[in-house]
Amino acid sequence: MVARGCGGVWRRAWQRGPGPGPGPDPSPRGQRAVVCNARGGAVPAGKSGLAPWIPVVGLEIHAQISSNSKLFSGSQVQFAAPPNSLVSFFDASLPGTLPVLNRRCVEAAVMTGLALNCSINKKSLFDRKHYFYADLPAGYQITQQRVPIAVNGSLSYSLCIDNKMSQIVTKTVRIKQIQLEQDSGKSLHDDTRSQTLVDLNRAGVGLMEVVMEPDMCCGEEAAAAVRELQLILQTLGSSQAVMAEGQLRVDANVSVHHPGEPYGVRTEVKNINSIRFLAKAVDYEIQRQIEELENGGTILNETRAFDSKLGCTVPMRDKEGKQDYRFMPEPNLPPLILYDAKSLPANMNHQQVINIDWIQERLPDLPSVKREKLVEQYGILPEHSFTLLNEDGLAEFFESVVKQTQMKPKKVIGWILNDLLSYLKQYSLTVKESPVSSFLLADLLNLLEKKEISSTAAKQVLAELWKGEGKTPLEIVKEQKLGLLQDQKELEQICQAVIDGQENE
Amino acid sequence: QKVSVEVLDHLERLALVDFRDSEGVERLQKAIQFADQLHEVNTDGVEPMDSVLEDRCLYLREDDVTEGNCTKDLLENAREKVEEYFVAPPGNIPLPNLEE
Repeated sequence: MVARGCGGVWRRAWQRGPGPGPGPDPSPRGQRAVVCNARGGAVPAGKSGLAPWIPVVGLEIHAQISSNSKLFSGSQVQFAAPPNSLVSFFDASLPGTLPVLNRRCVEAAVMTGLALNCSINKKSLFDRKHYFYADLPAGYQITQQRVPIAVNGSLSYSLCIDNKMSQIVTKTVRIKQIQLEQDSGKSLHDDTRSQTLVDLNRAGVGLMEVVMEPDMCCGEEAAAAVRELQLILQTLGSSQAVMAEGQLRVDANVSVHHPGEPYGVRTEVKNINSIRFLAKAVDYEIQRQIEELENGGTILNETRAFDSKLGCTVPMRDKEGKQDYRFMPEPNLPPLILYDAKSLPANMNHQQVINIDWIQERLPDLPSVKREKLVEQYGILPEHSFTLLNEDGLAEFFESVVKQTQMKPKKVIGWILNDLLSYLKQYSLTVKESPVSSFLLADLLNLLEKKEISSTAAKQVLAELWKGEGKTPLEIVKEQKLGLLQDQKELEQICQAVIDGQENE
Repeated sequence: QKVSVEVLDHLERLALVDFRDSEGVERLQKAIQFADQLHEVNTDGVEPMDSVLEDRCLYLREDDVTEGNCTKDLLENAREKVEEYFVAPPGNIPLPNLEE
């Protein structure tokens, strides 16, 4: 027997517990309480007049932890750096190296678990998940398959019915678990030279995998849930969750079934690069499965990739049948023990202790709480607060303007959402990049409030301010003579002049 | 009880261990028989131990950047490299099936 890779040591095959894995969900969970509401009901019957279909969507989300160094090593976490410059010997899986857990990553996972109403497991374990790929130098990923750090939570998100902002519905998706795990390196495929270039900068970066139960039923729900999770992560600071930089990756599990029947075979959809594409990919896959089944076909339990150019899902290459990950306990890491106020050990070094209650007390206001506070404090509508929080920095901008102006918040909000936001969108700018600062806008609104200009004039001034030439609203008003004349005598003189002019014709 | 060809094939792919001849397969079967003796122990109600470290404290490291920036050292052992990238085959090369 010649060992061609591992040391060949026999270990008792350790049983795989529940978790995301291949194979359809065997147990029918009975009737689902929630049926897709976004389009007004379950997907209607197909051409052949069959019974309606209920789509089922679950999500596996990987969020990169916002930390200075990696999960098990001291190399830096940074997007875009020279290849293989942020790699330690451990990350490259050189023999003799061992994992050392990063405290900040644990705190990030606990924060996230608490924010998602999870039970935090005071004792969680690390495992090895084995598979061979060039960007996984060790041949296994350290993850938490048996006992993850947080379980059984929930996430509430909101949807607009029929695309009208006025009707908002709140939905909940259950969070099955949150686990800490390592990210893999990056593979750049060079098909022309038939090779793969491997950059290990990302290998070993800490990830939180958030598993959402299949409580969603369409692309819109999935997108809304992920958007809310993104906002929560950004508020907590546990992840910057920018999808474009790969800090938030979403895989969707999709299946369809008839009401009253067991769940159908599910497919996994990967390679989704934005929230918009997530909605498209899920909806396409639901449609594809329905058509396939109505035409008498079957659904394969496979992994499919979303092709954003074609707007469809295609079977993924390089997937060799069912994977056997050979999960085993990570022998180099003892269990992770977390404490709370009651169980805090007396004689331990502070730095070695993570206190769940201490973290809970310091959680910032979550987006849902922030929205309520905005509505309460400023008397704006719920859908306004949604838009404010949906745009990075917009809520702060709004509050800043309100502080600097006498105009009522209910009137200010119109200027923020209709005028400012539409300008920003038109020129694809973020709030931070706005040439009109909160100070300038407040200045302008004050002129309007004092009735020194009309609201039409104010819009003209704003258009001018947008050029960012450094003029103040007052200067622009004077330049373009937009001021409302208040002086009675001056008005009389002008009117008289016009009348006189008419008489001379 | 013989190990089937399917299982041998599966094991080869999983562990990249090469069973070259019938002697290798024989060794494997003897190893399984040896390990099966474990079944004779009654473990009802006993929590499995994963590691002798289970009562140790898991050390938590501060989130400081202390490593990295050793591209040259890392690439020194690479047989092939392209501009500081490691070079690998285009994808996993599927193993041929065992014939028997």
